[in-house]
Amino acid sequence: MIAEYLTTRFGLPEWLACGGVALVQCLILLGIMMFAAALFTWMERKVAGRIQDRLGPTRVGGRFGWLQSVADGVKLLAKEDLIPGEADGLLFRLAPYVSFCAAFCVYLALPFSNGWVAQHLNVGVFFIVAIAGLEVFGVILGGYSSASKWSLYGAMREAAQVVSYEVPLGLCVVIPVMVAGTLDLVAIGNMQRGWGVNWLVFHNPFLFITFFIYALCTLASTNRAPFDLAEAESELVAGFLTEYSGFRWSVFFMAEYGSMYAMSGLGAILFLGGWHGPIPLAEMLGLSYANHAVLGWLGDLLGAGNFLCKAFLGVAAMMWLRWTLPRLRIDQVMTTCLKYCVPLAAAMFVGTMLWTYALPGGLLPRSTPLGAVAEAPPWTAPRAARGERP
Amino acid sequence: MEVGLILDKLKQRFGERILGADLEAADPSIEIAPAALAEVARILRDDPPLRFDYLHCITGVDYVQPDAKKAKSFPWEVHFELLYHLSSMAHRHRLVLRIKLPRWQGGVEGQLPEVPTVSHLWRTADWHEREVFDLSGVRFAGHPDLRRILCPEDWQGHPLRKDYKTAEEYHGIRTR
Amino acid sequence: MPVERVDPELVEFDVRTDEMLINMGPQHPSTHGVLRLVLRTDGEVVSSAAPHIGYLHRCAEKIGENVSPRQWIPYTDRMDYLAGMNMNLGWAMTVEKLMDLEVSEKTRHLRVIVCELNRIASHLVAAGTYGLDLGSFTPFLYCFREREKILNLFEAVCGARLTYSYIAPGGLIADLPPGWLEACERCLGELQAVVPELHAMLTSNEIFIRRTAGVGVLSPEMAIDYGCSGPVLRGSGVKWDLRRDGQPPVARMYEDYRFEVIAQVDGSYPRDQEYPPVPPEAVVGDCWHRFYVRMLEVVQSIGLVRQAIEHYRRSAGPVSEPIKITQKLPRGEAYLETEAPKGQMGFLVVGDGTAIPWRVRARSSCFCNLSVLTEISRGCLLADIPAILGSLDIVLGEIDR
Repeated sequence: MIAEYLTTRFGLPEWLACGGVALVQCLILLGIMMFAAALFTWMERKVAGRIQDRLGPTRVGGRFGWLQSVADGVKLLAKEDLIPGEADGLLFRLAPYVSFCAAFCVYLALPFSNGWVAQHLNVGVFFIVAIAGLEVFGVILGGYSSASKWSLYGAMREAAQVVSYEVPLGLCVVIPVMVAGTLDLVAIGNMQRGWGVNWLVFHNPFLFITFFIYALCTLASTNRAPFDLAEAESELVAGFLTEYSGFRWSVFFMAEYGSMYAMSGLGAILFLGGWHGPIPLAEMLGLSYANHAVLGWLGDLLGAGNFLCKAFLGVAAMMWLRWTLPRLRIDQVMTTCLKYCVPLAAAMFVGTMLWTYALPGGLLPRSTPLGAVAEAPPWTAPRAARGERP
Repeated sequence: MEVGLILDKLKQRFGERILGADLEAADPSIEIAPAALAEVARILRDDPPLRFDYLHCITGVDYVQPDAKKAKSFPWEVHFELLYHLSSMAHRHRLVLRIKLPRWQGGVEGQLPEVPTVSHLWRTADWHEREVFDLSGVRFAGHPDLRRILCPEDWQGHPLRKDYKTAEEYHGIRTR
Repeated sequence: MPVERVDPELVEFDVRTDEMLINMGPQHPSTHGVLRLVLRTDGEVVSSAAPHIGYLHRCAEKIGENVSPRQWIPYTDRMDYLAGMNMNLGWAMTVEKLMDLEVSEKTRHLRVIVCELNRIASHLVAAGTYGLDLGSFTPFLYCFREREKILNLFEAVCGARLTYSYIAPGGLIADLPPGWLEACERCLGELQAVVPELHAMLTSNEIFIRRTAGVGVLSPEMAIDYGCSGPVLRGSGVKWDLRRDGQPPVARMYEDYRFEVIAQVDGSYPRDQEYPPVPPEAVVGDCWHRFYVRMLEVVQSIGLVRQAIEHYRRSAGPVSEPIKITQKLPRGEAYLETEAPKGQMGFLVVGDGTAIPWRVRARSSCFCNLSVLTEISRGCLLADIPAILGSLDIVLGEIDR
């Protein structure tokens, strides 16, 4: 939309306008991701500290040590850049960025609020699941090229684990998609408008269970405890990260936190109403495009806050689990996936299918939206829907 | 079972090869001939009234005074001794087996004295014999894997021998 | 391609990949110090694990031949540095046995107090680091928080937090400072409240059970054959505790104390305390049971300290003075094992009539406990190695001496 505006008003060539807009969007998203990673590193320390009956960082940047992440970042940048002599230099250097790019690309298609998305794809869900799965390549490359047996172990574990968990994860994602009837994340989010009972997680009992399977698979595919086998510090020293230090290590780290947040956000959209809160505040207050563009924008802002909070809570739950549970063993991880998650997700798939056939409205009576139904502003529709060249 | 009774039992069976006993000490001990060790140990472990199922420790004690000035007042004759501390969980009795060896096999300096292994009877002995070999310098015949255990593999000498002299350097590192 | 079976020790697998030799340690997070394990692995399966020790060898026995028994006390501290009191006790009692010394009643009970407190501290470290080995970080800090309290008590007694040198042959270097017993009782109360927390986070945690139950099973026969002792032996269901079954000096020390030896006999543990149920997956002698025995011993030791405090209050007179540094030792030898937290710690002393022992020997419990690792880890998974090693609860300072 802005690109069109730039082209028509200032007569910029289309490629320049589109490129410029894309650059700005990327920078904004990069900022969000970096900020999220920094926030979560700090939060992880604070959460871990509180769980373990200690304070966590307290000194850097005043009372709560909120500048700890910045201090860490400076420290990591100042570290010696080490590449093992035996390592495959090119792949070793490349690996962190592969992971990072994969984690980052997820944000391109992730809507933060009604229509607030860098690239509105009508196959958003598909795109995100596909791209998120690429992160494992960075890990495998890193583990392989480090020329360390521990790294190789970490990489092989990651490969086995993530690839297997893609299957139940994909199934879990398909189920809400089936109910919603679209792969468009904005549309899926918007169909959960209204009171909290409209959230897909409450649509039917099968979806409710699916949500927990999804949460489990997310833990496994983002490599978080109790599934953090790839870097299992008590077994594999640091797994695929053993030989990494300094900046490259921190890039891996940002990728991990970035994808945690992204997967948590995806879950929020698919199951927990996305940017719609449990109480339709925006509609109650009349914050919709039907009334005024600014009000509509405010409503979206509220929605974005909502979405960020949900995704944030998801990450907090991941941290809570990490600092509570022991780690599983590789065979137990695979058993959980193949013997429990996959059949269960498949059963939920069939169940939901039957349910939507029998009771299309869902288990609980859907609350009707209060006030005027706020349609998304027209420019947020996918390009294809607008009859444009995608 | 009292150590005295154990001694009688062993004497009946092994006769001359039981060399002596010290029943008055805090830890009563029986001295046996080195060559008879494996057989005596097997009886001690397997004979139902004895059942010494637990080997606590194997110790090598070097009895020599390398310092010529102090050698005059040295209270023991020059020899090497192995002590096996045994006990039975079933019968709750204890025993010390004592074996006297020459300090060097055939009196030739550098030739380690030799005794039969008991590592096939008590698996404890596996590592303990390696330790005694490493630190005190006794060769255990028939041990499956007699390597140094605490010192590096290429270490020279056996540090718990009284006449042990630390090498000047180890791989270019000064040791003193 | 048919694979020829070269080594009968190898475990047969359905799928065979290239074998890999991999060094776990001496610098590895979960080898509890400078232990090196050479693992032969086939994928994730470990076909053999060979421990290589000696990286922390400090010639303690050789030093012992050059200093008097009082002077060797600090070196015993540095053996099992997590249970310095128990190490002091072992050596002190061995020398007392050689010299035929008796200590006063008050000394005896005070020794029980500090040794049992140190046992609790050592088991807390074992439990915490075991959580760490299994990837659960939080219990570690809970355990260390509690251990700090015990270390504070020790600091008040002898001024040191790790290497105490408090118990010396013939007695103790000092009596308790005023108000110490009350502080100790408070600490015990707090400790008792934490144990259920640890049970919830570890013992009865589902993942914990799955990681440890049925892993590294050590049969009672094998445990005795390898000379295992302490919780490793009792975890295999052998009712053997030197505090009850030891040589007269050790058994006499615990003469009028009520306690049950903690081992599963006939399918149940002694019912003198509350404890979580044994999960059906657990087999006697596996990692879970070894851990469980330690956790129960923490509660047992709390009880023993309480009893000892009562005894101590009742007994009159001063605590015994330790022997002088120049005290001459009689000719002869004495060997004594005491029940240290990690197992039976034995000392041998050979006296030649001078103040300096002719020969000193330390029989380490962890040395024997570790030697069983190769046997019980055959054919396990890579992740089981830290689990098994952690359940043996070794301290390299004691193994290498």
